[in-house]
Amino acid sequence: MHDANTKNGLFTPGNIITAIILAVGAVITFIRFTQGIGAVTNLSDNNPWGIWIGFDLLCGVALAAGGYVTSASCYLFGMKRYHSAVRPAITTAFLGYFFVVVALHYDLGHPLRLPYPLVYSQGTTSLLFEVGLCVATYLTVLFVEWSPAALEWLGLRKIRNVVVKLTLMLTIFGVVLSTLHQSSLGALFLIAPGKLHPLWYSSFLPVFFFISSMVAGLSMVIFEGTLAHAGLHHKMDETHLKEAEGVVFGFGKAASFVLAGYFFIKTMDIAMDNDWAYLATGYGAWFLVEMFGFVALPSFLYALGVRERNMTLVRVASIFAVLGIVVNRFNVSLIAFNWNLPAADRYFPHWMEIGVSVFIVTLIITVYRFIATRMPVLYEHPEYKDAH
Amino acid sequence: MNRRRFLTLLGTAGVSTAMSAVGAKQAVAAGNQSFKGYKDSYGVLHDTTRCIGCRKCEQGCNEVNKLPAPKVKFDDLTVLEKSRRTDANNWTVVNKYNVAGLEHPVFRKQQCNHCLEPACASACFVKAFTKNPDGSVTYDGSLCVGCRYCMVACPFNVPAFQYDEPFDPLIQKCTMCHPRLQEGKLPGCVEACPKEALTFGKREDLVRIARDRIRSNPGRYQDHIYGELEMGGTAWMYVSGAPFEAVGQQEMGTKSAPEYTAGALGSVPMVVGIWPVLLTGAYAISKRKEKVAAEEREEAVQAALAKAKADAETAMNSALAKAAKEKDAAVTREVKKAIEQAEQAFEEKFAALRAEGQDTPPDAGGEGKEDA
Repeated sequence: MHDANTKNGLFTPGNIITAIILAVGAVITFIRFTQGIGAVTNLSDNNPWGIWIGFDLLCGVALAAGGYVTSASCYLFGMKRYHSAVRPAITTAFLGYFFVVVALHYDLGHPLRLPYPLVYSQGTTSLLFEVGLCVATYLTVLFVEWSPAALEWLGLRKIRNVVVKLTLMLTIFGVVLSTLHQSSLGALFLIAPGKLHPLWYSSFLPVFFFISSMVAGLSMVIFEGTLAHAGLHHKMDETHLKEAEGVVFGFGKAASFVLAGYFFIKTMDIAMDNDWAYLATGYGAWFLVEMFGFVALPSFLYALGVRERNMTLVRVASIFAVLGIVVNRFNVSLIAFNWNLPAADRYFPHWMEIGVSVFIVTLIITVYRFIATRMPVLYEHPEYKDAH
Repeated sequence: MNRRRFLTLLGTAGVSTAMSAVGAKQAVAAGNQSFKGYKDSYGVLHDTTRCIGCRKCEQGCNEVNKLPAPKVKFDDLTVLEKSRRTDANNWTVVNKYNVAGLEHPVFRKQQCNHCLEPACASACFVKAFTKNPDGSVTYDGSLCVGCRYCMVACPFNVPAFQYDEPFDPLIQKCTMCHPRLQEGKLPGCVEACPKEALTFGKREDLVRIARDRIRSNPGRYQDHIYGELEMGGTAWMYVSGAPFEAVGQQEMGTKSAPEYTAGALGSVPMVVGIWPVLLTGAYAISKRKEKVAAEEREEAVQAALAKAKADAETAMNSALAKAAKEKDAAVTREVKKAIEQAEQAFEEKFAALRAEGQDTPPDAGGEGKEDA
């Protein structure tokens, strides 16, 4: 963006589109906070959660799993060859979580009371309490994990060195907290067995959400890498470029295996609950689309891509896997939720709800570009080489 | 509420591992007990065979709770043609069901069922809901964050939200007229019902009354009290002539809401406890591997160096030996050559002497050897 600006001025097509989205987002934000949730959403008493939860929260948190997946493989499992992937992954994870919390303010009736469950009245029997506690703590952990990039940029060597010493502990915290809240997002729906279609309802929902978050994390690192190479190639140092291929194939291989395991446990679940008969219904067809089109297919494409050393194929697989996460979270929270209500009582998002989600995603990309063009994210700071 | 207490403890165990001695005792006690509701708590029995769909209960509710005046008057029964649910301004609604096999329609009133172990209270992350000893489930709006998880959790689709209120939107639902019960009055709807389709009383008595009605009126009722066991039991219960499914009451199972989430909540402290151990183990293994690899590399280097040194020594020694041997060979060769030369010289001399005369001494060969 920085380079583009100096060359073509501010009015590049990308910047114009960004500006329009941000302007529309600002208008919707104004309406939301002056007229109420009802003015900008299609939410109803039967459908209290829409895409602000289904996409912004559930997909946002899952797709920000790259942070814990990458830092764990590098620092805990000793895969040092992924080191250059850690900073971009931590940066996107931090931004992802930060904007999940921002987006949540649109959905909450009393956004200013968001700290209540933490500091004022703890509802410890609620899975949502656990999600809130873990997300708040993990956002703090991610901020500290990410801060060396900013501290190096600002030249605050001393604090930076202290923070870097905490890496191992923070990584372990990150994995514990991610395990808990990724799974708890699935566990949120355990309390509504009568509302969620049996093909998706399972006492193993927390396990499914946690395992699929690994797929989301691995795939997002590959997918974001594709985007970053397209837009920020000039910001990457030799180490990053040299390791990039290894990251794509290594993560692709891991994702292929995890997807295969996920397919297997989902199938076992259908067997355990004896839900086979539902497969012959309309919902069953849609379930099969999810399982074969967005779980089995990306697993196969990843395997093929890694075997043939075909970078493009692995990247295509990552798109399918990421879409698969979105499809799954939409199914659990929206499409298969309230499945027994008549069509007239079902939910479809208002365009302004979609507008807010697009606005939030655009904000994440804009802030990421701001950070990646200024701070040592895609390259190592020359003064701190070998130091981490 | 032992189980709730137990879950609370499990939940907090993840945050602070300290369990008070009292808490631990209660938690142990919860292991083999089930909560069956507060003793002597109240409830209402709705007999749908008596309900005529007059909407007087809706009006009574509206009046005692001072809810906004309805758009359509309560004596207008045409609203019954459309299926309705409770919303922010209507805490109770009556629906009409045309049931196959019955010539008359069936009416059923809908409101909060005041579960013995409420899903909404279990789901609320700020404890805005309270199950009171009188049986009612009430809500404190001053705590509410407006997340609407209670609406997701409620199996009966009861809580409603003020979507059009921009600054203080709250959940709205029937309170079983908790404030009126405190004053010794009946709930507004029960008081307004002209047909005694609603019976207020202690829940235990209501179960007995319901059983009695089913037994003493053969053929009039389904042999089931909806709410006696559904979702762990509810304070409001129903008896019906039509199958419950046909009047919009789906099968629920008898597990209370917290039972569905207890496992997931209970695993939190387990993860907090064991994950750091496993992960530190993984880290230690990878570190150890690195160390062993480094040591092995070092050893290999040392071995290679030692071997190279040994090889060099052997080569040197053999070269030296070879040199010594060559030197010896050269000496021998030279000696041999000298002897040969001496012998030849002697022969020549001897021959010359023979040719000249017989006076040469015989030890001339010895002299030749010394020369060499």
